[in-house]
Amino acid sequence: MAAEPFLEVKDLKISFPTDDGLVKSVDGLSFRLERGKTLGIVGESGSGKSVTSLGILGLHNKRNAQVSGQIWLDGEELVSAAPETVRALRGAKMAMIFQDPLSSMHPFYSIGHQIIEAYRVHHRVSKQVARKHAIDMLGRVGIPQPARRVDDYPHQFSGGMRQRAMIAMALVNDPQLLIADEPTTALDVTVQAQILDLMHNLQEEFNSALIVITHDLGVVAELADEVLVMYGGRCIEYGTARTIFEEPEHPYTWGLLGSMPRIDRPNLDRLVPIPGLPPSLINLPSGCAFHPRCAYEPRTGGLGTTLTPELTVAGRPGHLVRCHLPTAERQRIWREEVKPKLEAQ
Amino acid sequence: MIQRTRVLVAATAALALGLTAACGGGKDDSSSGSSAKAEFNAALDKVFNPSEKKGGTIRLANSGDWDTLDPGETYYGYSWDFLRLYGRSLLTFKASPGAAGNELTPDLAEGLGETNDNGKTWTYKLRKGVKFEDGTEVKSADVKYAVLRSIDKATFPNGPAYFEQFLNLPAGYKGPYKSKGVNTDQAISTPDDSTIVFHLKQAFGGFDYMAALPQTVPVPQAKDTAAKYKEHVVSTGPYMFDQNNLGKNFSLKRNPNWSAETDPFRKALPDRFEVSLNVNADDIDNRLLSGDLDIDVVGTGVQPATLGRVVGDPTAKAGTDNPNQSRLWYTSIVGTVKPFDNIDCRKAVQYAADRTGYQTAYGGPLAGGDIASTVMPPTIPGYQKFDLYPAGPDNTGDVAKAKEALAACGQPNGFSTNIAYRAERPKEKATAESLQQSLARVGIKLTLKPFPQGDYFSQYAGNPPYVKANNLGLVLNGWGADWNDGFGYLSQIVDSRVIRETGGSSNASVRDPDVDKLLDAAVGNTDAKAREAQWGAIDKKVMEDAFILPGVYAKALLIRPKKLTNVYVNPAYNMYDYVALGVA
Amino acid sequence: MITYIIRRLLAAVVLLFIVSAAVFAIFYLVPRVVGATPETLATRYVGRAATPETVNLIAHKLGFYDPIWVQYGRWVKGIFLGSEYDYGSGTEHCPAPCFGYSFITRQPVWPDLLDRLPVTLSLAVGAALLWAFFGVSTGVISALRRGSLLDRAAMTVSLAGVSMPIFFTGLIGLLVFSYKLGWTASGGSYTPFTENPADWFYALLLPWIVLAFQFSAQYARLTRAGMLETLGEDYIRTARAKGLPESAVNVRHGLRAALTPLLTIFGLDFGLLLGGAVLTEQVFSLPGLGKYAVDAITNNDLPKVLGVTMMAALFVVVANLIVDLLYAVVDPRVRIS
Repeated sequence: MAAEPFLEVKDLKISFPTDDGLVKSVDGLSFRLERGKTLGIVGESGSGKSVTSLGILGLHNKRNAQVSGQIWLDGEELVSAAPETVRALRGAKMAMIFQDPLSSMHPFYSIGHQIIEAYRVHHRVSKQVARKHAIDMLGRVGIPQPARRVDDYPHQFSGGMRQRAMIAMALVNDPQLLIADEPTTALDVTVQAQILDLMHNLQEEFNSALIVITHDLGVVAELADEVLVMYGGRCIEYGTARTIFEEPEHPYTWGLLGSMPRIDRPNLDRLVPIPGLPPSLINLPSGCAFHPRCAYEPRTGGLGTTLTPELTVAGRPGHLVRCHLPTAERQRIWREEVKPKLEAQ
Repeated sequence: MIQRTRVLVAATAALALGLTAACGGGKDDSSSGSSAKAEFNAALDKVFNPSEKKGGTIRLANSGDWDTLDPGETYYGYSWDFLRLYGRSLLTFKASPGAAGNELTPDLAEGLGETNDNGKTWTYKLRKGVKFEDGTEVKSADVKYAVLRSIDKATFPNGPAYFEQFLNLPAGYKGPYKSKGVNTDQAISTPDDSTIVFHLKQAFGGFDYMAALPQTVPVPQAKDTAAKYKEHVVSTGPYMFDQNNLGKNFSLKRNPNWSAETDPFRKALPDRFEVSLNVNADDIDNRLLSGDLDIDVVGTGVQPATLGRVVGDPTAKAGTDNPNQSRLWYTSIVGTVKPFDNIDCRKAVQYAADRTGYQTAYGGPLAGGDIASTVMPPTIPGYQKFDLYPAGPDNTGDVAKAKEALAACGQPNGFSTNIAYRAERPKEKATAESLQQSLARVGIKLTLKPFPQGDYFSQYAGNPPYVKANNLGLVLNGWGADWNDGFGYLSQIVDSRVIRETGGSSNASVRDPDVDKLLDAAVGNTDAKAREAQWGAIDKKVMEDAFILPGVYAKALLIRPKKLTNVYVNPAYNMYDYVALGVA
Repeated sequence: MITYIIRRLLAAVVLLFIVSAAVFAIFYLVPRVVGATPETLATRYVGRAATPETVNLIAHKLGFYDPIWVQYGRWVKGIFLGSEYDYGSGTEHCPAPCFGYSFITRQPVWPDLLDRLPVTLSLAVGAALLWAFFGVSTGVISALRRGSLLDRAAMTVSLAGVSMPIFFTGLIGLLVFSYKLGWTASGGSYTPFTENPADWFYALLLPWIVLAFQFSAQYARLTRAGMLETLGEDYIRTARAKGLPESAVNVRHGLRAALTPLLTIFGLDFGLLLGGAVLTEQVFSLPGLGKYAVDAITNNDLPKVLGVTMMAALFVVVANLIVDLLYAVVDPRVRIS
């Protein structure tokens, strides 16, 4: 019997009642993650990836969100735990790096103040000690002259610096689980690369489990060991980063790959976006949720519009795909139709 | 004109004497009974809650500022009523309800004025032993000085102007501040410390009323600070100023140097008077009803909001009195505007007007008053009841007679003209609208012309060239007596010689040389009774001329103080007699 | 920073000049343009049936025959150099700043203003404390319990508070609490703090409550809206993600940001009130600047109107400046240069 995984999410469902109906943002998501490993969760906006990450941290308001399923963190179940228990873990054992640090940091408090505050919630130390620690953290995330800049306000930092400060704030309590939500979206390309490097190094240093949430497969390629592709609140493909990038089997993943800007393919205007719009989370399309946008739907013999496909093992062990097409057919399409086209771009 | 009624001093010893004589009574207050039952008008003609108990504090409030505490300049009836607490004029009105309250009685003087030359010279003897609050004795020179200083109109522009009009002053005399050292004996002489003689330019039979003006309250020259004297008036009455915060409040306490022996009528029951100024008018009514306040000192009646509450509640109504105001609300019919140059067209308006509508516009019988048919209100001695233009059984106008008058005027189908009123006064607007309707029945079409009240007489309705150029055929108007006598009431509104081309006169329409002659004859008459008949004749003449459309003899609804004693309406002031009150 | 303040103060002085000139013009120039003569202006300040000579005398005495700029210049000069007033038997010196003499009461205006300021100040400060406390706390609780019975009740009451005028709530309050129940002082019973603090408090209690009720209602609604908006901000989520307790999130992060825009409104409201809480002072007969202004306008008493307008304008300008400076302290993003 293998030891319990560090993080295990089982059949997580998160929905929000609205006047128009129940918004099922996450609908039966399960995955595991070990210390020292990185999971990339990919998908378009509204696919449920951010809702999942907030769900793990217990940040959904009980009054407007319904959460079910299980989240096990280091042997502790969080969905049914008391709010105070989860709060004590938040920021300490698990922490989060948000996108757009300008709006995610309080405009009226200095960077230092906000890091010190985060530290002192979980450590009973004096302000001086906390301040020293904060300066130290700022230095470690690569902020020059941290002792001087600690008293600056968020608006006085550049975008990249702010993101570093955000990372410093998340790491200040040595969290074992770190969730990064679109950590580089707001940054320009060179700064993106620096931040990704930084996160990678820090993860190794702290040996923490890292979840990177992004719509950008490039980020995943840099960081992730495993990748989870979400669509319409569900996992539609799961596998190691290598599998997902080299032998993807879901037509949606192919689409994502096609729309991925790559440094070796600088001709950005030749990006191929996935046609159509993300599905409504109140009324998912019948059958396969992706079928209205799927070019291969006619090849399913009508199954695509009527029957919801199950997540099943695909070409390799541990590679899961939710698709009606037969495995052999999917591999053939990838090899013969999609991959050459992508390489030709 | 400010809405508060200016000076409603009443008078007429003669009429009062005549009445009491007719009743066969003596000079005692036989007409004034007493009453303790709280009912409507319980304090109108009799003393409510009589008592001799001393002590206590009377609380009064004024919704505006006091016009001025200086006896030389004050010109409001309520102030003249109140002033008797701290000042003694040569004569004053009897502290009594009913007709006796209109009688003049000696106060600082020993007796009424004496004249040996048919009203050109008037002599008064002062009582012995009357003292100022500092203990110095009042001398005739102090009275003379008080009268002379009030003549300085650059310093006291708001005061009555009768003395400079009648006294035989040296030419160019501007009062003791500006004309220092000028001998003024030709106007007022003081042969000794207790005698004062007034020398007039022309005979004036009613001079005793002038001797009752607060301007004869003595002022010690050494303590006079001109315009600043109101900050500390030196008292001769039973009370003197304790605190005086101008514009906010003041209080009176007992004057140790006043002696009841020199004062025949002041009972001086309470220990203190406290007056708040600039108090919210609706709040005053509420506090009166709750007993938290004793008197609305201005005495012009309750606010419209309170009126509804009081009239609808028999208990509340039983706690009120409804005295006459010696004031007429009327409409001037301007003879200089065509076709009102023709008397028959003026008469057409008299007949066509809806008198009941006029009364309703002013708030009905309680708050407005009685329907009028003469220029003089019934409270003025000499008043005779007559109605030259009967308005039908229900007083809504006689359309047939009005059409006859129009035909006689040569305008059988009517005509168009304008009616002026003060924009700030909803009652005048309602009146104008009522007249618009009732006159339309005979084809007289009125256009409403509102004007700001601050400049109503000076620039618009009282400015003859403006009136003529803008066809203001009808002008809403109103007048209250300076004192209850024909001269005090009529002189400013029917004498054509007070009309000035530059504007500013309250007489907007009466231009009849015969009326002017009648006025002059009456003024010089020292026979009071004959004089009164003359005032009555003038009233009739003006009505025959049809220059004035009478509207309403004004009344006010007063809330009777709950916790006070000796409450009654003094007809000289048409409000409660502040000198008689005591605290229960 | 210093130069900024100086520049703002200079601008304020210019503004005050413009305001005074405008008030002057409304009272003098406009009537003259539509046909009033010096005499017709003077008739407002003499008794009824005054002779033409008297009217003439007063028009001279009040300087109505001089051109308007001469009259205005005389007024401005009085403020800086003081002026002389002829009270009949002598002249009185009115030291700078002399805002002139009232035409009606023939008293200098400036001591009146100083005399009435403490009343308005007492009213404004007391009411401001009350409404800042009750308005903000109600708003915060409403926002945190959004949609609850408490929230709906508070918002209904505050809607009533916003829509009911002072002269209604004030008179009802007087009727019920003062005359029927006898819990509070009646109108017109103001006593200075220095004379008797207990009476001062007793007299102002109801005016404070009535005035604060209206403002509380407004501030509760503003605070609630501000809190709801702030609580939806990303940085609130960040604060929660750090593991901060809910109370710290709401107060230190939520309220702090939600109150900042309110600070501006508060400063302006307070500044305006210092110029005179006109309706409240009128209803409760408090001898403050607002009542003074109303009485002055009713009586056509120009020097008083000018004086009180200047005072009110000064307060608004200063309040504005203080708010701007304070804003820079509260919100580090605002730089004053």
